[in-house]
Amino acid sequence: MARHIPQGAIGWLLPVALVAVWEAASRLGEIPANVLPAPSGVVAAAVRLARTGELAQNIGVSTLRALSGFVVGGGIGLALGLANGLSSLSERVTDTTLQMIRNVPHLAMIPLVILWFGIDEEAKLFLVALGVFFPIYINTLHGIRGVDPQLVEMGRVYGMSPARLFWRVILPGALPSIFVGLRYALGIMWLTLIVAETISASSGIGYMAMQAREFLLVDVVVLSIVIYALLGKLADSVARLLERLSLQWHPAFQTR
Amino acid sequence: MSTLALQRAADALDLSARADAPGPPPGLPVTVRGLRKAFGETEVLAGLDLHIPAGQFVAVVGKSGCGKSTLLRLMVGLDTPSAGEVRVGSERAAARASRLMFQEPRLLPWARVVANVEVGLDPAIPAAQRREQALQALREVGLDDRAGEWPSVLSGGQKQRVALARALVSRPRFLALDEPLGALDALTRIEMQGLVERIWTAQRFTAVLVTHDVGEAVALADRILVIDAGRVALDLPVDVPRPRRRGDPGLAALEGRIIGHLFNDQGLGI
Repeated sequence: MARHIPQGAIGWLLPVALVAVWEAASRLGEIPANVLPAPSGVVAAAVRLARTGELAQNIGVSTLRALSGFVVGGGIGLALGLANGLSSLSERVTDTTLQMIRNVPHLAMIPLVILWFGIDEEAKLFLVALGVFFPIYINTLHGIRGVDPQLVEMGRVYGMSPARLFWRVILPGALPSIFVGLRYALGIMWLTLIVAETISASSGIGYMAMQAREFLLVDVVVLSIVIYALLGKLADSVARLLERLSLQWHPAFQTR
Repeated sequence: MSTLALQRAADALDLSARADAPGPPPGLPVTVRGLRKAFGETEVLAGLDLHIPAGQFVAVVGKSGCGKSTLLRLMVGLDTPSAGEVRVGSERAAARASRLMFQEPRLLPWARVVANVEVGLDPAIPAAQRREQALQALREVGLDDRAGEWPSVLSGGQKQRVALARALVSRPRFLALDEPLGALDALTRIEMQGLVERIWTAQRFTAVLVTHDVGEAVALADRILVIDAGRVALDLPVDVPRPRRRGDPGLAALEGRIIGHLFNDQGLGI
């Protein structure tokens, strides 16, 4: 029977079954609605909030925050990772400092960030940027260090200019490791945003959840959590797609 | 399959020989004068002198650490000598007209086979022409039907043939080979030796082959150099006419003589 199920569907069997069990248990009164509403209740809440436009607005605000923080932090991490991987001078100047900062959990900065930025957008952007910076930086640096020196030597012997050597040999060689950093950073991106929005925000999904908690709207709280899960999964899927497209040469991504 | 591929490679060579009617540029003479190379306290080459006439195929043999690979790296300008000089043609160790083939294929895993061959060409050449020349070079090594593959799906011998195509695509006038067949299995090795000899016969570049395999050296080269303690210890012509047959008594005698020389130095007295 398993033969007739498409490959992609297998991963969804377990979540679908869990939701079905959850729905059944709620209907039978095994799970009180004020502890955990039925999935249909959560869907109803989603429909209600979608009608007022609140849902789309909050998702939009959160996504924008996440992505802008990611672009800023990831961009700086990539640039510094490349610079420190290619230039030992740059590494000697900055790496010790970066390693010290890395050992401070970025969420420990929240009180300071609130003092600096209040609860404005900058606070969220700063925290997300700080959170995604390190995984991208470290994996970029690691990737460049790991490029096969024999290939670099080959490039030099075959007359490649430094720019050509970078684009043809060093960057493609570092790319698998950069993607590891990217996927890890996406996870941290959502985590940071959830924490930041829960603590201090006047819009966004985290704010929606905290407001619902005050009015005991458990269905909206659960809905917020489900949305975070879906957004996280979506970001990871996009990263995997990019990875597959740009790493076709890698034996791990070849379908044969 | 690979016999067929090599047959096609041989056909392609005939074609290319006819296509370039006046013949590709002949090889460049290589002159080495008083060449010294020291790494810290250790002197690897101790004042080596050598002249290789244009188009000659020279094999360099010697025990591990005798300085033969260092000599090759200096010849293609990959290292700078501590003293003395290498001239390829009229220039100091030239970059463009020389090519080096490594012991490992060193193909870019993220570039298709044909793009790997194009690495050997000047990027200033228009893309369409580069592609055409790369495909021609792949035809010469019998791998034009694998042009669109990733290197990871090729066998060791095929990878090394792609590396050979990459080294030859720019029509070098001096080819340095650093034990390029050392990692191949015995049969693939014999096939590759035949291929290298046929291409050299067609293109007449100057070739220097560093190898551990004395049998390979006598089968391919016009002249054998034995390097010992950073100097030329023995310089022998190989007077057996081509095409040479494996197991030819002349080759066997020469092989015996060289191996004898190599081991006499150690006092094993074979």
